[in-house]
Amino acid sequence: MTTATADEGDGRVAARPAYARLLSFPAIGALIGAIAVFVLFMAVAPPFRAIDNSGTILYQASTIGMMAVPVALLMIGGEFDLSAGVAVTTAALAASMIAWQWSLNVWVGVLLSLVLALGIGWFNGWLLQRTKLPSFLVTLGTFFILQGCNLAVTKLVAGGVTSPRITDIDGYDSAAAVFASDISIGGLHLEITLLFWLVLTVVAAVALTRLRIGNWILASGGDEASARAVGVPAARTKTGLFMFVGFCAWLLGMHTLFNFDAVQTNMGIGNEFIYIIAAVVGGCLLTGGYGSVAGASLGALIYGMTNLGITYAGWNPDWLKTFLGVMLVGATLINTFVRRQAAKR
Amino acid sequence: MNRTPRMAALGLAAALALAGCSSSGGKKATESSAAPGGKANTPSMTVALVTHSGPGDTFWDLVRKGAQAAAAKDNIKLEYSADPDGTKQASLVQAAVDKKVDGIATTLAKPDAMKGAVGNAVKAKIPVVGLNSGSDVYKNFGMIGFFGQPEKVAGQAVGDKLKSAGAKKPICIIHEQGNVGLEDRCNGVKEKVPATQIVYVNGNDLPSVQSTVTAKLQQDKAIDWIVGLNADITLNAVKAKKAAGSSAKVGTFDTNADLVKAIQGGDVEFAVDQQPWLQGYLAVDSIWLYTTNGDTVGGGMPTLTGPAFVDKSNVDAVAKFAAAGTR
Repeated sequence: MTTATADEGDGRVAARPAYARLLSFPAIGALIGAIAVFVLFMAVAPPFRAIDNSGTILYQASTIGMMAVPVALLMIGGEFDLSAGVAVTTAALAASMIAWQWSLNVWVGVLLSLVLALGIGWFNGWLLQRTKLPSFLVTLGTFFILQGCNLAVTKLVAGGVTSPRITDIDGYDSAAAVFASDISIGGLHLEITLLFWLVLTVVAAVALTRLRIGNWILASGGDEASARAVGVPAARTKTGLFMFVGFCAWLLGMHTLFNFDAVQTNMGIGNEFIYIIAAVVGGCLLTGGYGSVAGASLGALIYGMTNLGITYAGWNPDWLKTFLGVMLVGATLINTFVRRQAAKR
Repeated sequence: MNRTPRMAALGLAAALALAGCSSSGGKKATESSAAPGGKANTPSMTVALVTHSGPGDTFWDLVRKGAQAAAAKDNIKLEYSADPDGTKQASLVQAAVDKKVDGIATTLAKPDAMKGAVGNAVKAKIPVVGLNSGSDVYKNFGMIGFFGQPEKVAGQAVGDKLKSAGAKKPICIIHEQGNVGLEDRCNGVKEKVPATQIVYVNGNDLPSVQSTVTAKLQQDKAIDWIVGLNADITLNAVKAKKAAGSSAKVGTFDTNADLVKAIQGGDVEFAVDQQPWLQGYLAVDSIWLYTTNGDTVGGGMPTLTGPAFVDKSNVDAVAKFAAAGTR
């Protein structure tokens, strides 16, 4: 009787070729998609090639990426948050109105707004666990609640539908320096959101791939019942993810408030889908349990490059949404193709 | 025992203690945007104001304030409702008919969808007036008056102004794709200055608006005028212009308090003011006049509330009203 040695005949431990290992990363499809979009616009849009204009693209990508990162983590954990777009506006409105209504230092408004944003995230997680309803429905409810509150409370407090100006309140300048500063390197103009985006991406990627919480997120999203059975605190993990979405919504809300000085109550509606698109383009499955934070950030970059690339290329603006859709579908198809190729190997 | 709520409360208290109160700014004790005036001694009546506004729009907030001021003066109970979807707006008008209100003021942004419901109101002998949009169709619908600004005419007026300022290559920013009124404004500008380019932005996302307008200005350095279609978008375009290092001049449709300051500060050259507060006021007041005295306003023609230009020459006169939230 002959026995095969492990390295000869046992496919389970056979070394995979480097390219196959590379293809197995969830973000690789998004990376290929990003390169494809980049090359396309480098070819057809001369202003796209100007290094000075990169700051504009990175700004657009960063404001999407700041939310695509937590939304991706949440999707990997098997849940959606449809209130993510309006939560950004809620945070901005809350900070400005708290400071304005009671003539408080701006930082009080900022910190209380953070408490509110985390509270909204906690509420989403708590309601999800208590009702066992799909997060799609739970957060759709929150979306409408926040949309209504944004309008009604602002009208009640400020007497209009725009947040009151807080530029003359103590603490404004220091808060603006933290949340809405920028830097120019040569002709390249970079907003602080780029730093926020990069930090969030790195922290979330490390958490997902290197820490125990990452295993919990993947397990909760893959099969929650099995995860619970082996001791994964799925409920707390998911609530934490919703709160992380809340935190990022607050961060982007503060940037929006201090960069534009005032926020209108109808802002943010529809952006939740852009965040989800970025995550899906980045390799996250709608069913959960699989995905990449870096991929979601690349998805945001693809969206930013496409949206502004169309403008830089001078294409007919009537077709803007069509071009955008084609680009995004294309990037997603590349992503899917790459994942299938990886599975075959 | 769960310590999280206690920790949160402690953190909150610490934040408040740390930051304290502001020595400047904030809400002023006397701030008010209510219009002055007495009250009519005519019998109480109910008027429905139904617009195509989305939730939380500055412009429509002014229209509503004007309507409320007229209602307060005329002893009218005002019932406001709105929906940007034409069929849903028509349902709101039909609901007002079913409630047997004493008058209806409505916008006709989607005239085909509104025709049936307005017809039912007219059949029910309820006086109906149009405002803001629909100046070309309101008479066919049996309405007794119209108050607003023909958008294409306003666009042409802006085009004339740009032309006389020597504009070579303007851009016109549309912040809501498929909105007929906004398209009309830009088309009016384009008729007078054919080189005008239309730029579409997502009006619900300020960073995206700024990025897109900045990109357009970077893409085409020859752009010498930026035309925004509402105050908030235009103020955003001013930021984009600075970010792109562009020397383009800025003009806008519609005003608010911040836009007035921007005109005073020289960041914006002019605004086309269609006086939304006045549109709401006249629409409700005209129903009261018709009901109490048989009066019709406009002599069978639309009553135009615009286009009127606000620029450096007259902005100071408008500023105090804008600060009060009525312009």
